[in-house]
Amino acid sequence: MIADILVLACLSVGILFNTLGIVGLLRFPDVYTRMHATTKMTTFGSMFTALAVIIFGAVQFISTADSQYMTLSLHTLIAALALALTNAVGSHAIARGAHRSGIKPSPAVVDRLEEWSP
Amino acid sequence: MIDPWYVAAFLLVILVCLALVRLFLGPTPADRAVAVDTVNTLSVAVLILLGVAYQQIIFIDVAIVYAVLSFVSTLYIAKYLGGEL
Repeated sequence: MIADILVLACLSVGILFNTLGIVGLLRFPDVYTRMHATTKMTTFGSMFTALAVIIFGAVQFISTADSQYMTLSLHTLIAALALALTNAVGSHAIARGAHRSGIKPSPAVVDRLEEWSP
Repeated sequence: MIDPWYVAAFLLVILVCLALVRLFLGPTPADRAVAVDTVNTLSVAVLILLGVAYQQIIFIDVAIVYAVLSFVSTLYIAKYLGGEL
């Protein structure tokens, strides 16, 4: 009973954060703020939906001792880890590419990255 | 009672459709790359939820492979945007 409520709460938090990320993607003014909204929000929301699945699988494994629920939890954990590692690196690469292609943040006054040289 | 996994997957598919609006409107190519990255992340979440709803663990393996492959494609798009390819 408590596990059901916990699973529903994790799913609700995940969908709420995904929705906020999409609202930021649609409403923010330039590419850097859009990336700021979507990357963090969708990573957090997708990891919470994965956490709901992990809790569901663990509770079902404890109550029924069926090993396919343990497989479900472990594979979902691997998927959440892959998501957490790849999203941050991918958004960093897109931000670097956008800066190199000449897009400036919309009210920008100084650009320290332009002055930096290795 | 409707299974909550189906409801969650349906809501996430609606969010994917809203992200496609930005993919269509986006003024610069970088905006479109951000929208594609968002759609990839949400697709992984939808695949995980459908794997639970249909009791098919192979869907979750597909989600892992999809996450890693979409990461590689995002890196290539970013290199192309920066003019380094």
